[in-house]
Amino acid sequence: MISTLGRFSIWLALAITVYGVFVSVLGARRRRPALIESGQGAVVSVFGLCTFAVLLMEAGLVGHDFSLQYVARNASLDTPLFYTIIALWGALEGSILLWVWLLALMSLLTVIIERKRQGELTPYVTAILLCISAFFLLLVAFPADPFTTVLPAPADGRGPNPLLQNHPLMAVHPPGLYAGYVGWSIPYAFGMAALITGRLGEAWIRTVRRWSIVAWAFLTVGIIVGGRWSYEVLGWGGYWAWDPVENASLLPWLTGTAFLHSIMVQERRKMLKFWNVALIIITFALTIFGTFLTRSGILSSVHAFSDSAVGPLFLAFIGLILLTSFSLLVYRSDKLQAEGDLDSLVSRESTFLVNNLLLLGFAFAVLLGTLFPLLSEAVRGVKVSVGEPFFNTVNVPIGLGLIFLMAVGPLIAWRHASLESLRRTFAGPLCLAILGAGICWLLGVRGLYPLLAFGLSLFAAITVMQEFVRGARTRRRNTGEGYLTALSKLTSRNRRRYGGFIVHLGVTFVVIGITASSVFKLEQEVTLRQGESLQLGRYQVRFDDLSAWQEPQRFVVQGNFTIFNSNHKVAEMRPAKRFYPAEQQPIGTVDVRSTLREDLYLVLSSFAQDGTTATVKALVRPLVMWIWFGGWVMVLGSLIAIWPDRRRAVATDQAREHMAWQPGRS
Amino acid sequence: MTKKTKLLLGGGIVVAALAYLINSGIQEATVYYITPSELKAKGGAVSDRSFRLGGMVVPGSLHWEPQTLKLTFRLTDGKEEVPVEHTGSPPDLFKEGAGAVVEGKCVKGGPFQSSMIMAKHSEEYKPPEKGQTPTEHIHRTLVQPQGTQP
Repeated sequence: MISTLGRFSIWLALAITVYGVFVSVLGARRRRPALIESGQGAVVSVFGLCTFAVLLMEAGLVGHDFSLQYVARNASLDTPLFYTIIALWGALEGSILLWVWLLALMSLLTVIIERKRQGELTPYVTAILLCISAFFLLLVAFPADPFTTVLPAPADGRGPNPLLQNHPLMAVHPPGLYAGYVGWSIPYAFGMAALITGRLGEAWIRTVRRWSIVAWAFLTVGIIVGGRWSYEVLGWGGYWAWDPVENASLLPWLTGTAFLHSIMVQERRKMLKFWNVALIIITFALTIFGTFLTRSGILSSVHAFSDSAVGPLFLAFIGLILLTSFSLLVYRSDKLQAEGDLDSLVSRESTFLVNNLLLLGFAFAVLLGTLFPLLSEAVRGVKVSVGEPFFNTVNVPIGLGLIFLMAVGPLIAWRHASLESLRRTFAGPLCLAILGAGICWLLGVRGLYPLLAFGLSLFAAITVMQEFVRGARTRRRNTGEGYLTALSKLTSRNRRRYGGFIVHLGVTFVVIGITASSVFKLEQEVTLRQGESLQLGRYQVRFDDLSAWQEPQRFVVQGNFTIFNSNHKVAEMRPAKRFYPAEQQPIGTVDVRSTLREDLYLVLSSFAQDGTTATVKALVRPLVMWIWFGGWVMVLGSLIAIWPDRRRAVATDQAREHMAWQPGRS
Repeated sequence: MTKKTKLLLGGGIVVAALAYLINSGIQEATVYYITPSELKAKGGAVSDRSFRLGGMVVPGSLHWEPQTLKLTFRLTDGKEEVPVEHTGSPPDLFKEGAGAVVEGKCVKGGPFQSSMIMAKHSEEYKPPEKGQTPTEHIHRTLVQPQGTQP
């Protein structure tokens, strides 16, 4: 029943997307508002049908309908309800269904919000979003059909992969990442619509910028939460391994970040128009490529892969996107000439240019490192793997360059910055940053890269804070408000600018956290008898005993440890191993004690079966919490940057009315 | 110099620096990946650079000494076997009869000295074989003597 209804709704949705693309384009060409509205109606119906399909799938999961293959593989009678619900995105078919639903939702929001504002672009935006939906619906209808049935239905399912039911962050990480991927469809749709209509003025850029920040923020959440999941579940004490699938999510983030910066140059100086559209296309193609890498099984990875027919379809789709988009871009290149000119090398636009070069270089290096094993095997027939050292050798210097630009770029003047203005803005922060790096050196930080990373992050953070203080002080002088009022009004009156600064502040926290936690970690693995302790940094870790018990879906063995800091008891920690009946090997569960200063990370590696000894791996990683915190600061900054501004909204609506396209008039 | 040449020059320098970084990174950081047969074909020793060896853990060859953290096992590709030594406990997904990749160095005549073990696992996992409950043994020895459940 579920299977029939589910397939029916997917097929109907697929048919409606095709219809919607057809009427939207026809409506736009013949200038028939009724057809255009019918195309928008298609978006609404597709969203309704996809929602229905997702609800059916959830009903199957929660109702334990094991006649559905997906349910039989990813749910079981013993699985807790929470993990049963999120098993929707635990494997290939379900996660593509979730993807389709998110795309339908975002398309619906786009149509609702932008319908009135974008005039001539709207029907093409609708058509392109429906085309993308059609591709993913095609996947759900054929090679990744979540509604496949098994006969006879098994009495119980296997349950989700134990790794995926070991941590609540599984509820946030995949949907966040997918929303980030899917979000880039909207800027892409606007970019293509602008190319098709030839209306490459400034109006679409404003819209695209806001949607890009939304997509960027979701992608940031997905990546940061993914790092945290990896840290707390995989039990190796790290959060980023340059794994192909991690890289796949970083690539569109990097090119998207480049786009968010270069788009400002276009808004302000009417330059880089061709480049900006190219960046949107590349970013969108990379989001599809990311899904392809995750789901095709082409590269080995810590992420579970499935060999399936979706791989070739994805490649064909990426090829199609690149071919049509770039042809269209070249066709319209005469309309994308720069009106402004680069006046000086010491100017904001040139820092943005270098920023773009570096971000793209970073992305290229990551892409190359990810695909190099494939290339090497295809070209030379030699199997190689590209490890962490490659990514660090290349990307650490690029990253340092980017932090420097992050400190300097936003405060340097457009067109041409005078030496005097540079001195006024940067002399103070630079002195403080050098002082800070000196203090780090006195505290025992050695090595060029760590010192540069701390110094430059400090430099960037201080310039940002200086900007807030100066702005607030000026405002206070002019209006007589208190400091806090002045600060919050300053931010809310210039949301884009100050939101961006807050994002930059978040980045500096992340960089400081990454540097400290990777350069200064301590690690030890020891087998302890009951009552024995190991010493790591300022901590003593004492092994007390093991306890074990049976839970409905698993058997748990837990190590009980008491933590002392110079003979003061500070905590009890309980790393464990969980044995799932469907899996022969146990799943480790780490215990982490986080403070602002450092994390103590315990892994129960193994234990004697009589419970007398336990092998424990202990790590001390400084400032890890700063990474997660910085990530949320970045998201907060982007929220501030896109928060609707009533005053400006009125003004732009007037401007839009002015240029709105009216049917029947060319 | 005109602005345009300056700009091209600046861009060129950045691109050249990137190319240099990428090239040196690739030179340094690619790790060769071979099978036990290929290792034997090379005479059992590869220079002082570390490489990766992939294969299946030979059933019955796994030995773990918790007091010294010494782990030894043999890897096979179906034709040749290579003994491996590792310091540290086996990763959770590491087991006999399953695939594993180790990274390290190998001196002629000696065992492979592993500095990192990567156990392979996949989303598709098999249920335990008939009549076998993996936790039964641990359950019996660990829980019942203590007789308590928290």
